[in-house]
Amino acid sequence: MADISPQIQQQILDARRDKRQLNIVAGNSKPFMGRQTHADTLNVSQHRGIISYQPVELVLTARSGTPLTEIEALLDEHNQMLAFEPPRFSAHSTIGGTLACNLSGPGRPWSGSIRDHILGVRLINGLGEHLKFGGQVMKNVAGYDVSRLQAGAMGTLGVLTEVSLKVLPKPAAVSTLSWELEAKQAIRMMNELAGKPKPISAACWIEGRLYIRLSGAQSAVDATIKEWHGSEEPDADNLWLALRDQQLSAFQSTDPLWRLSINAAADVAPLDHLSIIDWGGAQRWYRGHQDKYEMETLAERAGGQVSLYTGGDRTADVFHQPVPALQEIQKRIKASFDPDGILNSGRLYSWM
Amino acid sequence: MSNHNQPDKAELCSLFRRFIAPEFVISDAETLKPYECDGLSMYCEMPLIVVLPETVDQVQEVLRICHRYQIPVVARGAGTGLCAGAMPNATGVVLSLAKFNHILEINSQTRTARLQPGVRNLAISEAAAEYGLYYGPDPSSQIACTIGGNVAENSGGVHCLKYGLTVHNILSVEMITVEGDKILLGSDGLDSCGLDLMALITGSEGLLGVITEIQVKLLPIPEKAQVVMAAFDTVQQAGDAVGGIISNGIIPAGLEMMDTHAIQAAEDFARAGYPKGAQALLLCELDGTTEEVQEYIEQVEKLFLTYGATSIRTSQTEAERALLWKGRKSAFPAVGRISPDYYCMDGTIPRSQLAHVLTEMQTMSEHYQLRVANVFHAGDGNLHPLILFDANVPGEFEKTEEFGGKILELCVAVGGCITGEHGVGIEKIRQMPVQFNQQELQQFNAIKEAFDPKGTLNPGKGIPTLRRCQEYRSIEPSEEVNHG
Repeated sequence: MADISPQIQQQILDARRDKRQLNIVAGNSKPFMGRQTHADTLNVSQHRGIISYQPVELVLTARSGTPLTEIEALLDEHNQMLAFEPPRFSAHSTIGGTLACNLSGPGRPWSGSIRDHILGVRLINGLGEHLKFGGQVMKNVAGYDVSRLQAGAMGTLGVLTEVSLKVLPKPAAVSTLSWELEAKQAIRMMNELAGKPKPISAACWIEGRLYIRLSGAQSAVDATIKEWHGSEEPDADNLWLALRDQQLSAFQSTDPLWRLSINAAADVAPLDHLSIIDWGGAQRWYRGHQDKYEMETLAERAGGQVSLYTGGDRTADVFHQPVPALQEIQKRIKASFDPDGILNSGRLYSWM
Repeated sequence: MSNHNQPDKAELCSLFRRFIAPEFVISDAETLKPYECDGLSMYCEMPLIVVLPETVDQVQEVLRICHRYQIPVVARGAGTGLCAGAMPNATGVVLSLAKFNHILEINSQTRTARLQPGVRNLAISEAAAEYGLYYGPDPSSQIACTIGGNVAENSGGVHCLKYGLTVHNILSVEMITVEGDKILLGSDGLDSCGLDLMALITGSEGLLGVITEIQVKLLPIPEKAQVVMAAFDTVQQAGDAVGGIISNGIIPAGLEMMDTHAIQAAEDFARAGYPKGAQALLLCELDGTTEEVQEYIEQVEKLFLTYGATSIRTSQTEAERALLWKGRKSAFPAVGRISPDYYCMDGTIPRSQLAHVLTEMQTMSEHYQLRVANVFHAGDGNLHPLILFDANVPGEFEKTEEFGGKILELCVAVGGCITGEHGVGIEKIRQMPVQFNQQELQQFNAIKEAFDPKGTLNPGKGIPTLRRCQEYRSIEPSEEVNHG
């Protein structure tokens, strides 16, 4: 529980002076994500602690190195939660790393991503300037939305020091229904049910079964169960946790793992080895030694993008390549925050 | 256009008329006049030329020409904005997207709609209704405002706490860069790789690019919605009641508060049955499945009584629900009837600060001798003070603006911000240095340069330029309220 932002600032200034690159690390639970780079470690794990939490305002502010477990333990006391269900790859996963990687769990299509719950950030840019954007209120349209821009930027624009988030009450009741279905039928049914005004909070397909989670008022969940005739899953909480934290057997292999973020209703025909469908059809996990360019073409045809999530050649580009005009804008934005390319350069793309 | 390489007004018109129908290149004073301002009519400027392209190719060509000659471009939707964000530039072109008013596709399976930027907000929900779907964000101007403008301002509405702002409800946008290149931000998927440029574009007030197509998410129409109206003797009690609902784990679809001046004006105007003697009125809408609405309505009624409500009324029919909302939705015109003019402010505050802010505002109101009525999106802390004034009294508008500026500074001082949903535009540019320090403003300007190095997209709006912000800071040093 300490504010070490002055030291972080100094380390950035030193690196800038010495023309050294830095690799930002807090809980070090996600070293496998993004590209492999060689840079000095900037350890921010000691920059931690919850700064403020007002349950009635639905707002929590924490230093970026605060472990998710610490935040969720406090929220638990007030029957509240991080509605984006952040995955954790170890007990050390932090809120800053979760934001930098834009990680959200199975509830993402209904309750939103971490990007959707961000209210404000403080960050130190590549010039060593400690800046504040957004705030601790739900609505704020003054200036560009630099806070949300940090979601998925993988630390390339600055070292996050504080994160303010919208938190939400836990649902009164949660139940899961399941059906045995082929992938194609499951996708159709996920989309169909999502169009109904019922309290769906997650929808996935794993090894031949479609699972639909219902969350909300007890009466609403009960009435929906009665209407939809699925079989109720007794041990569903563990299933959703294992899906969230990528602990299911389908994730356990050394083959390259591809993540497709695509149209929720897209056909799966070319992907015979598709192992998991999540996010109501909009996120699909696939294992196999595929050519990245071919995977990109396939994802684009399905209205979205692909990334090589784990495994494969991590010195090459692992995220979907944007068109040249978009590359150019992203390079210029990177330079506007970090003109000397000190912070996590190359982690997101080889060219920035 | 002093530079000999620069086309003059007539030459520019003929350049545009090569690819845009001549009647859609406007240059005569009479036809230009309606474009001189947006919804904030105190700020006016006549543009050089207005163009109304009909195709994306034409938009690209307009931007290429303007880029070549460094001519300012102000994109414009329906012109309902309230921050002078669409006020023209005297030496520039207004690029109206009014012709782009087609709904390109409604996909009931994926619950999405592809829209041209000039489609009206309400028209989306009207078209989606036959599939049992609707579009979430519902700004008060939704009859007239367009989705392109909604993206530019990151518009909200009365249902934000539960359903989010524009940024939470869009999947992708097609944007034309200042150079005239067409790019797609976002995708049909929920998350995209790389920097989240869509988040950056949303709410960027036309400073970073021109949007030519938007894909939005649609939601299933709830089975049921009911509204509970409750009257209170003090604002504090009403504020506590809001906290009580949220502490009980209930997230209402809409949660609105009005103060006594707003209640009286709205009741005289709409005859919704608001108790005119109340100091504060809450409207709490709950939606969802039939069973859960019933469950929550009972809880909310009990809670309101616990927090000291003096009267409670719950809508029993759709007509009654509409009537109870009618008063709130017509609060602005209603206030317009009790004063020659009114000026609508748009700060956001932490809800716990409401009573303090209203008390301070009352003191200021007495100081400036100007009445103020308040409507408040209580769920998300967005406060709309309406300052009543008479523009025909010399100096009164200036006094009103000063009062408004002080209110926004107060919002920042209690931990809030200068604009929750109306945007900065020209109107609040003087308050930007209250919320942001010089380094932060510099970072904003560096982002602007990444998209628009020559600064020709909607110049002078949104972000004070360095020269300007130094100017303002020397007038009003505000270090002590920064990060308040």
